[in-house]
Amino acid sequence: MLVSRTVVTPQSVPALAPHVTLRHDGVRDRWVVLGPERMLVPDEIAVEILKLCDGERSVAAVVARLAAEFDAAEADIAGDVTDLLQSLADKGFVRA
Amino acid sequence: MPEATAAVDLPVAMLAELTHRCPMRCAYCSNPLALDDPQAELTTAEWKDVLEQAAALGVMQVHFSGGEPTARQDLAELVAHAAGLGLYTNLITSGVLLDAGKVRALAAAGLEHVQLAFQDSDAAGVDVVGGWSGALAKKRAVAGLVKEAGLALTANLVITRHNAARVGAMLDMALDLGCERAEVANVQYYGWGLLNRAALMPSKAQLAAMTPVVRERQERYRGRMVIDYVIPDYHARRPKACMGGWARRFLNVTPTGKVLPCHAAETIPHLPVETVRQRPLRDIWLHGAAFEAYRGEAWMPAGCRSCDRKEIDWGGCRCQALALAGDAAAMDPACELSPHHAAMAETAEQEAQAGGTRFVYRAFGPHKHSTF
Repeated sequence: MLVSRTVVTPQSVPALAPHVTLRHDGVRDRWVVLGPERMLVPDEIAVEILKLCDGERSVAAVVARLAAEFDAAEADIAGDVTDLLQSLADKGFVRA
Repeated sequence: MPEATAAVDLPVAMLAELTHRCPMRCAYCSNPLALDDPQAELTTAEWKDVLEQAAALGVMQVHFSGGEPTARQDLAELVAHAAGLGLYTNLITSGVLLDAGKVRALAAAGLEHVQLAFQDSDAAGVDVVGGWSGALAKKRAVAGLVKEAGLALTANLVITRHNAARVGAMLDMALDLGCERAEVANVQYYGWGLLNRAALMPSKAQLAAMTPVVRERQERYRGRMVIDYVIPDYHARRPKACMGGWARRFLNVTPTGKVLPCHAAETIPHLPVETVRQRPLRDIWLHGAAFEAYRGEAWMPAGCRSCDRKEIDWGGCRCQALALAGDAAAMDPACELSPHHAAMAETAEQEAQAGGTRFVYRAFGPHKHSTF
């Protein structure tokens, strides 16, 4: 069992939880997150974030990468990225 | 692409009821009273074909269920086939037929997740409701095997009036067993559950007492174990979005290949049911009369069609409308706007207070009464 709640910080190293996968739905041409008896259809931004959650990059590195890619200020997106990952962690989709 | 394909949502999940055989005899089972004949079950090759058709149709998740799916000797082979097609695989099981070798074989086949049913945290309670002596110890051991194999584990905590007071203990047990998720599953009264409703129904006071206990565990276990909790229909104000809407997201294939919009749909006697032996899955989904019967809103009574929640709850549950309002096309009596709503809650409360003890264990063949 998990002994404590995952708290997402800039230093956290996020990854999809075991038995949670990001998969392309070829029939509908969209990305979906599949987990135990559950399915999420993330928006485009969430898909970009989740693709970077590889269990090696920190949240800070994910933010830096997205900021560079989408020409945004890190400070502007850091809060949204952390909030999304915390929400997904509390729902069991992400570990960090 | 044919026009209908663009207009009709395609299914994302399939419940594959591999067999109606089951060693347990749970009094709340939602399987139909007329269980599918074991001699007429789909073969391994037929199930593989169904899985292929489902994946091509847009299904992303398959739930292997039953009856008890582990009673099929070809379960691991079917899991491997599904996983090879890119389907996310869940196993919905009582657990009592599993052992270390079988769990390892399922994990090796690509199984992702096991949903294990618990009828109580008290061994005697499980024995009585499930009709299988010693089940709790076996289930606890199987939960350990599932975790050892590295699979995701959900506890399905089946709530009746006999265990409602122990919901906290049941959730603690689920966490202790390593579950990442627990469902507080108030019995859905279909099939055997409907037959035995008077012997199972909790009182409104019991349900009210459960809610703060569940909320406290949700807070305490946040980020460690997800707890899903749905207010039971008989005491709800609005209906559940049954199956996410009839023929919108979900299909069920029974052991003999009947294709249904939900696992209780056979309780609607006039529904024209077709099988995968007669017609391709895609055709049944798109054009089958059973699927078209209550899809969308054309079938809805005026009160549903003009409701701003019609695309939230899709009119609720058709089987419940038939069982409690006498018409499968009526408003679900779980909705407070239904003329049958008050009677539904009253019936439940009367049954809970009367505390009936007679019930029938799920079985093939003639009914035999037992008592709690």
